[in-house]
Amino acid sequence: MRAVAEHEVLAEHEVIDRPILDPALAPPFPVAALPVLRNLQLRRNVAHAIDVIQAKRARLVAEKPDWQALRASASRIKDEALQNLGAYLEQFEARCAAAGGTVHWASDAADARRIILELLREEKADEVIKIKTMTSAEIQLNPFLEANGVRTYETDLAEIILQLGEGEPSHIVVSALHVNRSQVREIFARRMGIENLSDEPEALTAAARNYLRQKFLSVPTAISGANFLIAETGSVAVVESEGNGRMCLTLPRTMITLAGIEKVLPRFADLEVMLQLLARSATGERMNPYTSLWTGVTPGDGPQKFHVVLLDNGRSSILGRKTEQQTLRCIRCAACMNACPVYRQTGGHAYGSVYPGPIGAILTPQLEQMRHAQSLPFASSLCGACYEVCPVKINIPEVLLELRARVTDQERKQVSRFFDSLYLGLRAANVIFSRAWLFHAAQRMGRTALRFFTRKDGWIHALPGIGAKWTQTRDLRGLPKQTFHDWWTDRQRRTK
Amino acid sequence: MRASLFITCYNDTLFPETGRAVVRLLERLGVEVEFRADQTCCGQMHANTGFRGEAFSQAKRLVRLYADAEAVVIPSSSCVAMIRDQYSGLFEELGNDALRKEFAALVPRIYELSEFLVDKLGVEDVGAYFPHRVTYHASCHGLRALQLGERPFRLLSKVRGLDLVPLENLDRCCGFGGTFSVKNAEVSSAMLAVKLDDVLATGAEFCTALDNSCLMHMGGALHRKNAGMRTIHMAQILASTEHQPVELIG
Repeated sequence: MRAVAEHEVLAEHEVIDRPILDPALAPPFPVAALPVLRNLQLRRNVAHAIDVIQAKRARLVAEKPDWQALRASASRIKDEALQNLGAYLEQFEARCAAAGGTVHWASDAADARRIILELLREEKADEVIKIKTMTSAEIQLNPFLEANGVRTYETDLAEIILQLGEGEPSHIVVSALHVNRSQVREIFARRMGIENLSDEPEALTAAARNYLRQKFLSVPTAISGANFLIAETGSVAVVESEGNGRMCLTLPRTMITLAGIEKVLPRFADLEVMLQLLARSATGERMNPYTSLWTGVTPGDGPQKFHVVLLDNGRSSILGRKTEQQTLRCIRCAACMNACPVYRQTGGHAYGSVYPGPIGAILTPQLEQMRHAQSLPFASSLCGACYEVCPVKINIPEVLLELRARVTDQERKQVSRFFDSLYLGLRAANVIFSRAWLFHAAQRMGRTALRFFTRKDGWIHALPGIGAKWTQTRDLRGLPKQTFHDWWTDRQRRTK
Repeated sequence: MRASLFITCYNDTLFPETGRAVVRLLERLGVEVEFRADQTCCGQMHANTGFRGEAFSQAKRLVRLYADAEAVVIPSSSCVAMIRDQYSGLFEELGNDALRKEFAALVPRIYELSEFLVDKLGVEDVGAYFPHRVTYHASCHGLRALQLGERPFRLLSKVRGLDLVPLENLDRCCGFGGTFSVKNAEVSSAMLAVKLDDVLATGAEFCTALDNSCLMHMGGALHRKNAGMRTIHMAQILASTEHQPVELIG
């Protein structure tokens, strides 16, 4: 038989043209991965980008002799915050209010969208500039605001590329890493109306700067996310590379910050640990170029109205679960996706959520209360590279296994799963492994059955059913005539 | 020294030559090998697919079976990792105190093959002869869960005649991942293709590892490609001598 090429196998499946990053609507991971796997240019872009970041990260981590101690401290700090989350959030609210800010509590995405729209209406704002925030993507804020008559302008370069090009983020830090330079040139030329734009980085950033400066100087309302909230002082911290965030934080009159409740840190001094870990893990830099910190309102300096919207949206349902709670330690550095061999092949769109990669595989199903995205905990070979690089020591494989157990407990009750070949096989295997004689009988039956598929060269080239998933790219050696157990029994008999 | 061999379910069924090699190797080093006929599986497949209750019953079975063993040797990193990393959680959730105590007493006596040779027996030169170009694939469980580190390299470097070719991107997964290889067959195959590019670039005759699961994955694709390179468990290299060369099947 002729070896079947990978792309021919993939061609059998239906194609989804546009990535869907809404977990409630996205297809299961194995299906969503297919169009990406076929897009060799996109895979090359992704692999190149994360290989570069990975190498920079590895170099900078190696120069920190206290890296493991920093990781341990960071995970302790986050655990402390999570164990007393209610108290720290209330402390944050009190300190922020004392400094002139207003804190709003949003239980879910709809709640947060409504609060933000009301705040914008109070400001009579029909335009808003935005600092990159994945949390706003999580609650699908932009389409909601646009539908309600508010134009949104992203100011992070990658987010501009995606917004103008109508693309979807495929990474949480470098969100347009799947788009290459000539694609950026095309998007900018078309949407900014620039003729003869070159694809030199200088020309592209100059075009973006012109576009942005107009917005910075004319739009008086801004929306940001938060990397950290400080309970002790009521401060908000945002780290970024471009300085466009700093513009949004200083020029507008009104600032609305949207932050997940897990972003709170107990003390200002905790930033010392977090900032050392975050920049190295995220972009492979010792320090990110811009770290902005602000506390409430300062008369005559920066925004004069400041609101914080604290978002739950499924987060509190993760609290108190022994294994899963560590998910909320995440500081969104993306080191796990940069290290992940699965993400390296599929990029972010296959994960059906704005949170891709290993962290997305554990975070998304939990934020969705295990109603959607149940294929994600299985989108991992459990290689452990994510845990190894995680700056806050989230044992992602351990959480994946916990979620797999929860998904399986849900699914095995469903009638439709009863005859699913994998479920049937695993139930049968359990009976077989409970008695050695049953195991040996099953081995003999398996050998007899597989003999039918075994060629003269002793190898199996094609199997039916779920086995076909294996043989589409891999052969399988036929079962040997004698198991080890049989050989050992024979040998004992002979030597007696 | 008496060692009990836990061959693992898939080695017993698919790779008996690995078990025979472990027996030959250990006996040559003066270890008395025993094999408990009641053994089946460590429960990894069930644990990794979310069948926790089933994984628990197999874990309990294994702990009971080896409670009085002097040492248990397992030629599979992922099964050792299953026992070390997942059993305590399963017993915490579903077991009782007696079982937890029994497990705590057993776990220090469980060894992956290269750990047993280097740490327990204190040998690196096992007297092997294998005159071939070989590259070593570090399985993810051996690399990260067991932290095998230099052990496999030290063992291989003492094999006479063996030309060890380093493998690029040693820490990158081959894409097997148990049921991942069929549940996410296309992604798994894409990962495998990337791994094979590195493996084939070594120009080695053999790719070896301490896990037959990765080797089955890579070997299956190498055979499909007619690549000419073969896979072989490290136990078979270490068992091989001038008088009794390696047993090659398939």
